Amino acid sequence: MFTRLLTSALFAGAAAGLIAALLQLYFVQPVLLHAELYEGGDLVHFGSESANSAHPELPGFDAVRDGLSIIFTMLIYSGYAMVLVALMALAQTRGAVINARTGLIWGIAGFVAIHFAPGFTLAPEVPGVAAADVFVRQIWWYATVIAAAIAMWLIAFGGNWAAWGVAIVLLLVPHVIGAPEPDVFTGPVPTEIGALFAARAYGVGMMAWVMLGGFAGYFWSREEATANQAQTA
Amino acid sequence: MNAQSATGAQATPATSIGAMIAVALIGLGITFVAGHVQAETLHDAAHDVRHATGFPCH
Repeated sequence: MFTRLLTSALFAGAAAGLIAALLQLYFVQPVLLHAELYEGGDLVHFGSESANSAHPELPGFDAVRDGLSIIFTMLIYSGYAMVLVALMALAQTRGAVINARTGLIWGIAGFVAIHFAPGFTLAPEVPGVAAADVFVRQIWWYATVIAAAIAMWLIAFGGNWAAWGVAIVLLLVPHVIGAPEPDVFTGPVPTEIGALFAARAYGVGMMAWVMLGGFAGYFWSREEATANQAQTA
Repeated sequence: MNAQSATGAQATPATSIGAMIAVALIGLGITFVAGHVQAETLHDAAHDVRHATGFPCH
């Protein structure tokens, strides 16, 4: 059981993580590098009187920096995949059908729990924007992700209005309480870059999670089929 | 390989739940280390990814 869970998760996580990394490098990294020109002071933003080009020359592919990004994206998605496959296996013991198609819905639920729920108030940050203390934000981030993940499970498997009601409360409460925010805004980065960054981070996150769910469902159902065959043979 | 799979499939429900919890905990550990630990080397190596995945960074 342990080996089969781990194998499915590693296949799904590596595949989705690699695709996520390539999408990030192409769509998110240029926005991040552009922001760093402002963060480091190479470009300065003068409000309505700025004469900076919106398309400056950006550093190209950096083998070490971007290589590390690919490795860490694959690691993070493998971590996600292990939790996801474990939950899929648990749901399966309770009668849920797990395959590549149902996996897509798991992927969307994962995106909502890990990206959309915390990002709804603590938007994906481009480097150089003002933010509250990182430790406090991490606590809020974890609490929100755990609440949203439980809410997703209750929506899918709760089966009655009491469970769905709890799910709605769990989804909304972190945002009613509010996330840690900076006392003052000091970021030197233009809002256009910050907005594009958040949109791109969301978009890539959603694509990657839908694939992660599909892959996880596929690899887990395949492992289950192999195990069942071996048992009946 | 088949023998191993068969053993896995015949595991009691208790060990199945144990395996699920173990795998989920390993996954949480990996994501925590790669995405959230603030040690300088880790932070620098994972910097771009942390921003791109919407984790609190810095």
